[in-house]
Amino acid sequence: MYQIKESNRELVTQHYLGTTYEKWPMYYLKISQPTNKAKKIIWMDCGIHAIEWISPAFCHWFVKEILQNYRTDPKISSLLQNLDLYILPVFNIDGYIYSWTTARLWRKSRSSHMNGTCFGTDLNRNFNSSWGGVGTSHNCSSSTFCGPEAESEPETKAVARLIESRKSDILCFLTIHSFGQLLLSPYGYTKEPASNHQELVDVAQKAATVLKGKHGTNFTVGPASSVLYQNSGSSRDWAHMIGIPFSYTLELRDRGAHAFFLPADQIQPTCEETTMAVITIIEYVNQKYFPNGAKLTSGNLCLNLLLSVLFVGALS
Amino acid sequence: MELEPSHYPAQRAAGVARACISYRRGGPNRVLTLSNVRRARLQVRGRERGPRGQAVNCTAEVLYHLGSQHSAPEVHFTVEGELGKNPDDADNKFYSRIKSLKEPLVAQNIPDSFGIVPPEMEPIRHLAFSACDYIIWQNSTENTWYNLAQIQDVRQVKRNDDYLEFDYTVLLHDFVSQEIIPWQMQVLWHPQHGVKVTQNSRQPK
Repeated sequence: MYQIKESNRELVTQHYLGTTYEKWPMYYLKISQPTNKAKKIIWMDCGIHAIEWISPAFCHWFVKEILQNYRTDPKISSLLQNLDLYILPVFNIDGYIYSWTTARLWRKSRSSHMNGTCFGTDLNRNFNSSWGGVGTSHNCSSSTFCGPEAESEPETKAVARLIESRKSDILCFLTIHSFGQLLLSPYGYTKEPASNHQELVDVAQKAATVLKGKHGTNFTVGPASSVLYQNSGSSRDWAHMIGIPFSYTLELRDRGAHAFFLPADQIQPTCEETTMAVITIIEYVNQKYFPNGAKLTSGNLCLNLLLSVLFVGALS
Repeated sequence: MELEPSHYPAQRAAGVARACISYRRGGPNRVLTLSNVRRARLQVRGRERGPRGQAVNCTAEVLYHLGSQHSAPEVHFTVEGELGKNPDDADNKFYSRIKSLKEPLVAQNIPDSFGIVPPEMEPIRHLAFSACDYIIWQNSTENTWYNLAQIQDVRQVKRNDDYLEFDYTVLLHDFVSQEIIPWQMQVLWHPQHGVKVTQNSRQPK
């Protein structure tokens, strides 16, 4: 992350979020075209579940794509006029390290429970969205242990704190997982549709169609509680519940043939197709909130104010 | 009641049907993956050693037994056309190779952490898929969706008769609970007689 920040100083800054249970510092990258324009935010996180190795790989790829192409690709440069991208490449650092060094199939964090006899909370059951309800376990030895309480984990707290503080500017919350080939909208904790359910599904369908155009991969679109399973305490549900209008979970390749052990030759194609899907979603958000290339500029505001003052002065 | 094919109830039932068909028809050089679920129809792709196999249409009926005692779901299926010659040359080659090994085959972590499977281990892996499919079929409910995640350990057991025998410890993944479940299974295979799981038991985590 340091290297990316250093070699793209004009666009990328690194920001501290907090620390993990094992005291690793958590940073997100902010990709922002420097202007004096007020911008809105797209959030994307990868690696909340340690076992899902393709997920951090995708965040890395996506950052590389943006930085390599933002000067030459009109799509990307137009998005960056209005939107800042906040990217957390590895949410569950402790668990990810553990999956490389000790247990490949580890999913949860590495927090200690029950006097050091049991480890790890499922960070995607730990958010304050009907926490502890359907589709979670209150048993520490379970893979979907939701923690002793909502936001009990330092990783969850670190992310939730930032998102909460910037929620009025965040238009889109994307969380990247595997496997399943799914584009999931809220909610998981209930079958009740989200307030903007149809729009969410339509945009996701658009993204899935674009994704399929790249390498022929089929993604299923729909609310998590219908397509996948019911689960509480997810980050995607929580983000939507606090008012972020576009909130999706992406489950990347494959559908179970290799499952978590996606072969190396599928990494690049997976990243390519997923990049196209993510860009499609961001483009829609850009068009919706900044229609016809309208820009939210404080520069314009200042000019208007100045003119009206002069007029008033002249009349009196 | 009509089920939405892309939603999880239909997908899980399709997984059970696939597992049952695969156990009956699979082997070291044949893997059956689920290609698509349509309205009441199941499309199963038989993949034989090459990267693309033909898609074969199957119709399957899956009956879950509800009640306090678990029993395996019933699967009734018909396959349109053939799922490939049995045994074929690849099966015979694999059979001869293993039969002629001086030391019994032993291996761990297939695939490895990076998804790599040595080519000579592919038939061992496919055999595990088929054998696991028996376990998956037998243990599935409406609230499970099992897949073989990894072979933790495999040891050949030398036999005096024509069969090949392997003692596997596999890791099954249940998509619904997200649990990784170790499972031991004793597997027999013969080119003419197919795959048989003679013994299996769930292991502690």
